[in-house]
This record gives sequence, C-alpha cells and structure tokens, in this order.
Amino acid sequence: MKFSEQWLREWVNPANDTQALMDQITMAGLEVDGFEPVAGKFSGIVVGEVVSVSPHPDADKLRVCQVSDGDQTVQVVCGAPNVRDGLKVPFAVVGATLPGDFKIKKAKLRGQPSEGMLCSEAELGLSDSHDGLMELPDDAPVGQELSEFLNLNDVTIDVDLTPNRSDCLSIKGIAREVGVLNSLVVEGPEILPVEAVHSEVPDIAVKAPEGCPRYLGRILRNVDLSVESPLWMQEKLRRSGIRSIDAAVDVTNYVMLELGQPLHAFDREELEGGIVVRMAKPGEKLVLLDGQEVELTGDTLVIADHAKPIAIAGVMGGEHSGVSERTRDLILEAAYFDPITLAGKARHYGLHTDASHRFERGVDYELARDAMERATALLMSIVGGEPGSIVEVVSKQDLPEDRTVDLREQRVADVLGLEIDRTTVEEILTRLGLHIDKLLKDGWRVHVPSFRPDISIEEDLIEEIGRIYGYNNLPVTEPIGSLGLRPQEEAVRPVSAIQNYFVASGYQEAITYSFVDPKVQGLIDPEREGIALANPISSDLSVMRTSLWSGLLKTVAHNQNRQQPRIRLFETGLRFVKEDDRIDQQPMLAGVVAGNQLPENWVNGRRNADFFDVKGELEGLFQLLGIEVQFLPSQHPALHPGQTAELLRDGEHVGWLGTLHPQVQKKLELNGTILMFELFLNSVVSGYVPNFKDISKFPEVRRDLAIIIGSDVGFADVERVAKKHAGEHLTALRAFDVYEGESLGEGNRSLALSLFWQHPERTLNEEEVHSLFNGVIEALREELGATLRS
Amino acid sequence: MENLDQLVQDGLAAVESADSLQALDQIRVEYLGKKGVITQQAKTLGKLSADERPAAGQKINDAKGQVEQAINTRRTDLERTAIEQKLAGESIDVTLPGRGQDLGGLHPVTRTLQRIEQFFSRAGYTVEQGPEIEDDYHNFEALNIPGHHPARAMHDTFYFNPGTLLRTHTSPVQIRTMEDGKPPFRMICPGRVYRCDSDMTHTPMFHQVEGLLVEKDVSFADLKSTVEEFLRVFFERDLEVRFRPSYFPFTEPSAEVDIEWGREEDGSIKWLEVMGCGMVHPKVFEHCGIDAEEYRGFAFGLGVERLAMLRYGVNDLRMFFENDLRFLRQFR
Repeated sequence: MKFSEQWLREWVNPANDTQALMDQITMAGLEVDGFEPVAGKFSGIVVGEVVSVSPHPDADKLRVCQVSDGDQTVQVVCGAPNVRDGLKVPFAVVGATLPGDFKIKKAKLRGQPSEGMLCSEAELGLSDSHDGLMELPDDAPVGQELSEFLNLNDVTIDVDLTPNRSDCLSIKGIAREVGVLNSLVVEGPEILPVEAVHSEVPDIAVKAPEGCPRYLGRILRNVDLSVESPLWMQEKLRRSGIRSIDAAVDVTNYVMLELGQPLHAFDREELEGGIVVRMAKPGEKLVLLDGQEVELTGDTLVIADHAKPIAIAGVMGGEHSGVSERTRDLILEAAYFDPITLAGKARHYGLHTDASHRFERGVDYELARDAMERATALLMSIVGGEPGSIVEVVSKQDLPEDRTVDLREQRVADVLGLEIDRTTVEEILTRLGLHIDKLLKDGWRVHVPSFRPDISIEEDLIEEIGRIYGYNNLPVTEPIGSLGLRPQEEAVRPVSAIQNYFVASGYQEAITYSFVDPKVQGLIDPEREGIALANPISSDLSVMRTSLWSGLLKTVAHNQNRQQPRIRLFETGLRFVKEDDRIDQQPMLAGVVAGNQLPENWVNGRRNADFFDVKGELEGLFQLLGIEVQFLPSQHPALHPGQTAELLRDGEHVGWLGTLHPQVQKKLELNGTILMFELFLNSVVSGYVPNFKDISKFPEVRRDLAIIIGSDVGFADVERVAKKHAGEHLTALRAFDVYEGESLGEGNRSLALSLFWQHPERTLNEEEVHSLFNGVIEALREELGATLRS
Repeated sequence: MENLDQLVQDGLAAVESADSLQALDQIRVEYLGKKGVITQQAKTLGKLSADERPAAGQKINDAKGQVEQAINTRRTDLERTAIEQKLAGESIDVTLPGRGQDLGGLHPVTRTLQRIEQFFSRAGYTVEQGPEIEDDYHNFEALNIPGHHPARAMHDTFYFNPGTLLRTHTSPVQIRTMEDGKPPFRMICPGRVYRCDSDMTHTPMFHQVEGLLVEKDVSFADLKSTVEEFLRVFFERDLEVRFRPSYFPFTEPSAEVDIEWGREEDGSIKWLEVMGCGMVHPKVFEHCGIDAEEYRGFAFGLGVERLAMLRYGVNDLRMFFENDLRFLRQFR
C-alpha cells in the first residue's frame, strides 16, 4: 500500500520526521518497503500563465508564446501540442533547475529567443506522462512557487502489509496505528449522512447473501462527469500510485484509500432492470473494464442486472456498465463481500485489483454506509447531482460474528516473557480500537471491532500487546530445557561423514534440482516414468528425478562446456518413484567421474579414471561405514553392458556402479568415459560397532599361486571357492596380478593370488598349510576349471 | 725398535692418503692386524731385558694407538664424505608440486547447513527429515493455512495434483514431528523447499532450516535469545539483531528478524531480513493433538542460501545450482 505522508499527517501528526515515522511503523509490523519524494528535485518553477501564442516563423511544430511569471512577461518557444492562450502551466524561469540538475538558460530555438521552459509532468518527476504540458487549474495563482502550490514537500511511503492487516489498507487504518504508537488522537474528516432530494432508489436483490452479506446502493442523478476531479484529489491519488481517470472513478478510489472501502459506480442507463447479486451461471460472459472478455465460472459472485452480469463482485466492473463522460445518473455501490467466497477469484481471471486485494483480506463489514456517504458528498462537491436515499440489503446471519476474546494477564506474561502492567495493556487495547467489554478476575473481555477480522484468539491480542509494546523492548532469556541428553547410535554414520569421505577423495559436492528434464531422464531410466509437475517452471525442469544421475550428468555437460575436463562430483538427496498409489522418496548418494583419475601432474597424471578407481573409492567408503558389499555383473539401461555392477549387501540391492553407456553419452553430448554410481543411503549407513579380537602372536603364512582360468569366471567366484576350501584360519586372499594374452589361449586369463593363514593360538605347521593350499588348488580346478600356471 | 717411529710415520701417511673405506681397512690390516707391521714389533720385546720391556711395550702400544686413532678419524671423514656424496646425488626439487588426489569440497549450502546443524545440535536439538513431495494438509492446512487463505498466494506452489505438492517450506516437518512424538520437542529440519518462481533473485528450489522448541514454559523472550545467539555465533560477530512484528499463519505472535548489515549513508544501521519466527499458533498445536494450555513453543525458519550468500559474499543466488566447478572449488 502506497500513501502520501502529508495525507496521513492530516489525520494524525506525530512530532517525528519522515524517517522516524517510517522506522516506527516498520517496527510495529507495517514494513516500509521504500519511499520516494512525490516530485523530482527542482527549483525556480512557478505557476505561469500563457498570455499569447503565435506560430514560429521557421518551424511548424514550435510555437512562440508570451508567458507571465507574475512579475513580467517573457517570450518562450514551446513545442507542446496543448499550449494555448490563458493556460496555467508550470513555468521554469531562466535560472531554474529541473530534475537531473538541468539548468534553464536563455536560448534561441530556430532563431527565436526563448527565456524559460513550460513543463510536462514527466519533466518535473511527477509522473511518466509526456503528453503535453501539465495543465494547472484556472485559479492557480500566477507566480506562486509550484512546489508550494502543489504542496510537493511530501513523500510517497510504500508499506508492505502482511495479509492479516487488511485494516491498514487505508489512511484511516495507518493513522490508527500511528496514533497508538504516539499516544495521539486520530482525527479524520467528519462524515454526515447526505439527505435524499428525490425518492428514486435502486432495485437491489441479493440472491447470494453468504457471498454478499451486505449491499448498499444509491442513485445520484444529473451529474456532470465532464468536470474533472480537483487537483488536490488527483495529487493524493497520484501520490498513492493511482492515476486520475474521471471524477466518479477518482472519488471511489479516493474513499477506498481514505477509509478502506472499495466502491463502484454504475451508469444507471446501461442497466436493464435492477441490480441482482448472484453467483454466475457457468459460461456467462462479461467484458471487463480493462477490455478483456472473461467466461465466468459458477463459483464467481457477480453483480448483474436483470439480463446480464455487470461486474465480478469485489474484483472489477464491466466495461459496458461503467461510467463515462456521458453518464447522467450514477448508481453507487458499497458492499461487504465475504473473503472466502472471493478468495482466489481475481487470480483465477488473471486479475489483481485494489478492490480484490482488500475484499480477499477482509474489509470492515460495518464500513459500507460511511463510505457511501463520504463518496456521495465528495462526488456532489465535484460533479453536482441529486442524491437519493441509500438502499441497504443486509443478511445479518451471513455477516461475520461479533466477537469477544478473553485475555488473561498471566498468559500475556507467559507468552511474552514479561509482566506488563494492566494500565499499559488496557491503553494499548483501547487505542487500537479494541473495546474492553468487561474486567475479568484474571484479565479482560475484549470486544473485537469490525475492522480487525484478524483477531479471534487470545494469542492475537497478545501479539498486539507485544507489537505495540515493542518486540525489542521484551526481555531476552535462555530457554529452560526439560529434555535429557539424546542417545547416539555409533553404528549409524552421519551423512556428513560420507560427505567428508568423498571430499577427501577429491569429489566436489553438487546440489542439483530435484526436477529434471524428462528427455534426459528417459535416457537414463527409461523404464520408470518420473512424477510430473502440473505447473513446471519449464519443460526441462518438469519431472521429479528417479535417479540423481540426470542432474549430475547435466552438471558434467555444463562443466565440460566450460573447459573443465576433470570432473568428480557427488550429491545426496531424495529420488522420487511412484509405487502403485504411493510415492517412494528415498535418500540417495550418487557420483559421477570423468577425465583423469588424478589432477594432471609431472609424473603420470594423465590416466583416465576407470571402473576400478571408482570401485576402490566405494570400497573405501564401505570400510568407513563398516559394511560388506558385493559387486555383481549386471545390466542397467544407462550403463555400459560390460561394465556394470549391481551392489548387494546381504543379498539386498543397494545400488549401481558402472560406466555410462556410450550411446547415452553420445546423446547427452558428453566427452570421454564417465563412471557413475548411485547408492541407497539408508541401506548403507548402518554398519557395526567394532568388537575387539585378540591379536595372534603367531606367525602369518603366505602362499602364492597363479592359475589360468576362463575369462568368463569372475574373481568373485574364484574368491568364493578358494575361501570355502582354505579353512577357518585364512586371514586374507588377494589378487596381485591379472593377465590376459595370446599365450594363455583364447578366452583365458591368468590370475595370481596370495593367501594368508594365521592361527590365533599356535604356529601353523607346514603340512597343514600345504594341505589347505592344495585343497584350494584342487577345488579351483574341479569347480571352476582352473589350471595351475607353470 | 728404531724403525718404530718410521713405521708410525709411514702408517699415518698411508692413512692420510687412503681414499676409500676399503683402502683404509687394508691399511688397518697392514699395520695393526695380527700380522701387521706394528703388531709384529711386539715380537722384538722378547729380546729385551725385563727392565726395558715395559717401556718398549708401552711405546709399541702408543704407536698402535696413534695409528688406530688416525684410522678412526679418517674413517669418520670418509664415511661422512660418502654420505654427503650419496645425499648430494639424492637431492630433489622440493618445489615441485606433490602428487595425489586433490581435495574436493562441500557445496556452500551444505557447508552452511552443517554450521547451522552444529549450533543447534549443541543446544540439544535433533535433526529431523521429512518428505519433499508433501500433501496439502501438512504443508498448509495443519499450519493454519486453509485453502482460501491469502497467505497461499505468497507461496508459489508446485503441484502434482490438487492434494499433492512440493513442500513450499520445511514447516510441515514441525507437524510430522509433533504428530509422531510427545512433547517436549527440540528439533530442526534442514532441507530442500520449492517455489514456482525463477528470476535473478529466486530459484525454484532452495533450502530452509526449520526449528521448533516445545516446552511447558517457554516464551517469546526465550525465542529471542535463541535466535540472537544463533545469528551471532553463525556470523561470528556481535551484531545487532532486531525483531519486527510480522505475520505467519502458524505462529502468533510472529516476527521477522533483521540483522545489522553495514550502515546507511546517514550512519544509521542498515537492516537485513534473515529469518522468520514466532510462538507456535494454538491451532497448530491443536492439529497435532498438543494441549496449548499445557505447552507452549516457538518456531523459526531461515533461508540457507541467504545466509550462505551473506557469509561467503556470493552475489548471485543462481550460482548455487549451476554447480560450476570454478564456483564450487572456492568452498573447500
């Protein structure tokens, strides 16, 4: 809400300057978003009068004018189309300064001397309007400083109101707050009923009283809408961010700004029959004031005549029934519309108006009559006319309930942490317009006025007291904790430990959007459909990720396109998969690696990262977490068919590791080999708590062997068979060489293994070890077709 | 005996000229070994009288000692030279960079979150998680934001269908925590939140931390200390903090929190909004089955990217989600 400081000060005038005033209301919860002077910075501008106008001898578009500044008449060359004899205009005399530090000097325009300049609104920083000179009223005193005449020593203050404070969407409301904060009496204009001078009244039928519990109408006959609204009114509107249209619209806007009641004026002649307030019939059409035609839905409250809708209630009037210069008789409307009925309606039609903004938040339901009287009086003072009486249709049962709220003194102290004395509480409440109906044993029974729909419970009152007392005047105390210390599971590693592991392993953490491009995801996870947003921000962020890979691969592309060939990224976060009628939201850990395994260095830093580099890093992670994970050959649509491992823990699937499928890589326009992994975080974070075993004092025995075995037999099989036959005292089994070559024969490879044995209580003897070792060799031969390499 | 002095002279000269440890050892054998020329001089003692013998023996021993000492000195010299030579050959360019894996880094948002979590963990808060695809009830209704509420317009919500949405704040985790447990509560919920808004200063996804404390006896004054202390610890500065009345449907009273962030031209404090907070609204307690007469609580919420931007001087919000390595590497 924008308003003029001067206008506010007409109601209540505290002895603080603009900044202090703004700070004060900000700290009361009416946050000042900004402020600006109502005019640009200028000097030397006076009210001038154009005495005569004659054509410029050498320029078609220029005119040579004689202009009086009150003391003398000088010649001014002017190009504005609306310059004419007798016009009163802002006149920048020689020596004047315009906004932007533009100095006015004597000049010659196309050979004609010009002493000064006639100004438009834009040139004075009053508005954006460049259409010709600013026209001042005929009675403007020639020679008077313009800033004095227009009272330009004023600022527009913009308050960003929270949606609960509909009561402050008016000068009256803000003045009330300022009055409370400064303990000042607030005085607005006196509003008196306007006497009817004829007996014509509008025919009003409210068919939807729940949406419109109160509707007032009045006929104002024989108005002259060719009369412009007065400058003071136009200026107040302008300073509140509202453009002057015509007297009828200006007055309704003025009263809305002043009191907070939106009003509307219809052209009586355009109405067929009386006014009907009803719900729209689905499909009914209405051309609005802004020219757009809308098709109404059945849940829209409309103002109609006997034939058609003429306005969307509380949002915007129709073009057809609006007032114009030709309008003779007006029907003025002032109503209370139910906020819930109106909620979201303006938005539905792509609109947001000053009226809808107020009605949706809740207008004072007792305000309509005062506003109607005020508007009538103002209108008559400008456009004349003959008022009739007000017709009021009210459905008491549909109006908000008259509320009282009990406030306990102790509760105020408990919630705010401070005992505030009774007098202060009472004074704050009273000045806010909250009536103390009754003193209770432990507090007060407070009557909530119609302009505060936001107050309905005790806490609301406590907030009012805290707010006016000043949050920053409340004490600061340490919370007392009744909670004991919390247990901490040692076997469950915090995610931060995993993050730190990857950081230490050279990975940068990425955070990518949870919604991804369905095209990219379709390549990576073609078998699952991502859950689609109904209103995505763009098509490439329109489905929820089923894997963290989509976002990470996009990040790889981003960085490869920026000369960053070496990429190691990891991310943790949820992935979203629809399972029947529920959505599975699982925390995942994923990584991608591209480019060299090590930063390029002066020895051998140019080797590309491969599967086993990343596998080694994952194995390190699993050691950190204290878990055992098997890597089994498998297939995944996003991964290279020969370089894919499924990760299992105790037989349960926990993730994938592999090389990005070259075809997918090509489609995503990525460079080089890309390794990727993804793990179910919850499946890997719980490990074990270490359990000490005695360290054997006896020597460890090592035996090496090299076997030739089919390339299709995995190391995991070799390991499994060997371990099965190596006895209970095998402590380790390692592969120390893998070799494939022609000499071994097609489809074969050689594996060199070392086995370690150690007994906890004695030295193993040669025969025992020999027999176990031979048993292993025998089993490898029998079960896997391995032969000993000579 | 006459040539003993000569032998010593010769021996010392030989030691002096020995240029290797082997040569030196040969000299030792030659002069002092069992059959060494000086050792052999002992045989001449037999020819001497008992009176002369001790003095002569002493002389031989002295001669031996002289040569032996020279050998030892020489050996030490040669050894030192040998080591020096070896070391000289082993010198490396210590200014060459080391090899191995580079350190990675945490995302600045995570780094910020970890600092926030550490603070509140120390103060006894648990860290809770909740779903990001939320239902309307937990994201709005239970937080006292019914369907028609104007506050809904402040949340540009991503929907899947009318009842299912991406959470617009971490506040629903308050509800889930209270639904699942019994008071008292002390928890924070860090996480991703989503708003359908994307421009210079908005990204459609960002992070919040929600905090909740429920006790039998807790007040706005306790909230103030918690928030003030957190901000001062986070920024490691004794900065000014102010509480400005505001509005959130799920707290009453509600406040926005501004911190001192530089000075205006006129010397007055420049305030920057960093958090929202308030006392838990009785309706919220009601939805969670908690008696608002018995328990009171406070809640707060903060934007993680905002704090990260202030803390690290990042000037463009959107960089957080571009994941440009040149950006990320600055936070390791």
